[in-house]
Amino acid sequence: QLDFWLAPRSLGYPVDVRVPFPSLQPLKAHLEANGISYSIMIEDVQALVDHEQTEMLRSHRRLPLSTNTFDYATYHSLDEIYTFMDLLVAENPNLVSKLEIGRSTENRPLYVLKFSKGGTNRPAVWIDTGIHSREWVTQASGVWFAKKIILDHENDKGLASILDKMDIFLEIVTNPDGFVFTQTQNRMWRKTRSRHSGSACIGVDPNRNWDANFGGPGASRNPCSETYHGPYANSEPEVKAIVDFVKNHGNIKAFVSIHSYSQLLLYPYGYTSTPVPDQKELHQISKKAVAALSSLYGTNYKYGSIITTIYQASGGTIDWTYNQGIKYSFTFELRDTGRYGFLLPAKQIIPTAQETWLALKVIMLHARDHLY
Amino acid sequence: DIDDVGHKYHLELVLEDILDKDSTVNCTAEVLYHLGNKNIAPDVQFTIEGELKNTDEADNTFYNRIKSLEKELVAENIPDSHGNVSPEMEPIRLLAWVASGYVIWQNSTENTKFQLAQIKHVKQVKRSDEYLEFDYMILLHEMVSQEIFPWQMTVLWHPQHGVQVTQDSRQPKHALE
Repeated sequence: QLDFWLAPRSLGYPVDVRVPFPSLQPLKAHLEANGISYSIMIEDVQALVDHEQTEMLRSHRRLPLSTNTFDYATYHSLDEIYTFMDLLVAENPNLVSKLEIGRSTENRPLYVLKFSKGGTNRPAVWIDTGIHSREWVTQASGVWFAKKIILDHENDKGLASILDKMDIFLEIVTNPDGFVFTQTQNRMWRKTRSRHSGSACIGVDPNRNWDANFGGPGASRNPCSETYHGPYANSEPEVKAIVDFVKNHGNIKAFVSIHSYSQLLLYPYGYTSTPVPDQKELHQISKKAVAALSSLYGTNYKYGSIITTIYQASGGTIDWTYNQGIKYSFTFELRDTGRYGFLLPAKQIIPTAQETWLALKVIMLHARDHLY
Repeated sequence: DIDDVGHKYHLELVLEDILDKDSTVNCTAEVLYHLGNKNIAPDVQFTIEGELKNTDEADNTFYNRIKSLEKELVAENIPDSHGNVSPEMEPIRLLAWVASGYVIWQNSTENTKFQLAQIKHVKQVKRSDEYLEFDYMILLHEMVSQEIFPWQMTVLWHPQHGVQVTQDSRQPKHALE
């Protein structure tokens, strides 16, 4: 039951170990009997953890009062983002509404913002950010996109024309359990927080849990792995909620799932090297979208199918959406290329969101002009 | 493809000074991944065409600052969760980046792509000789598996003698789950 925080390496180097209470006396006796000296670094780990929790709750930042005073150039907590959504809706009730499409494993609401100028069940664009919780620039960009749509929906001709014909759905925190975990326990957490029987390890990779060659090469069946696909397709409520939404809506024409990092624009497939029937068109759109993105700050993106550009992956989001008939299915990998990786400095949030928005507009405009 | 030996790659690259984007130098390299035993690091041969910038002034400033510290330097989470690195920690981070390059090289195969994700902890170890020694605990991110590997490395540095990783070992994913 010993939990090594600093594993043995070689002679002369200390070893740090967390000892559960029942093992304390036996371990001490064992060390003393063998002449191994020890010192106590932390008397009571639980007390320290409890203290940290109360500290974090106490230093909770004051919630924003309007989307105009909201700080887009910093990373926010889940509560702050959920408050932002409510403020946005309250300030623009004729354009945006908030939908709850389901609940996470830990029973957090899954919210989607709907931007619509009217009509009934118009053809729609779906954008999601934060499906992998450690990819913080994505949720932060999602918040910025929401505000951008409000700011530009009348004065920007492209956006106005998109909204004349289509609705935009935006899920900003697609994996709220994981997101909270990255803020409280482990900044590098990627997966959901579900527990499946038979394993001590927690979480499923939500981008391997979709019903597109589920369980095939490009995902792991080891629950402790970062790419664990889960016990079965759509086992994760976060994924199931989107699947149900897409199927019930029935009129989504473009689907964009946003990740970081690597600076890539990807289209299906990830599970097979067989090109999608619409490969030529998707490749052309990608080329144009990337050119638009780069035009702002010179950020370099590569583009192509998932399997040829990044790696083989099965059970992926846009492979499923494409096979559902959503032709314009894309995945972004935002900044950077590894210098900061997941820990992208907050001052890059707005530039990243701005350039990405230009690429998104290319995709949305193309969908608007090629409705099917 | 070299029969019974492995896969050899010929590379032409441009090295860019991250502290001075306009400063670039061309480089050619040959990388040989060995067949079979994945525990041998790939062979690397390289030629740099031209000269790297002289960094004596910055090196000596950093060296003297650390040497004159009363208490050993200790720091954690570089960058922090929000990507911040304080100016004093920037050289510590650059040193880790260079040193992690060695660790990455030693542990790379044709199917891995490692990046330094974060310095979890760094502690200076006082030495009686002229070298600076730092004990780092870093996180390496592997792109294909998406795994995060905690890794310990002991780094020696001196302005004239360069960087050395004298000891490194992969650490268990401890109770952060």
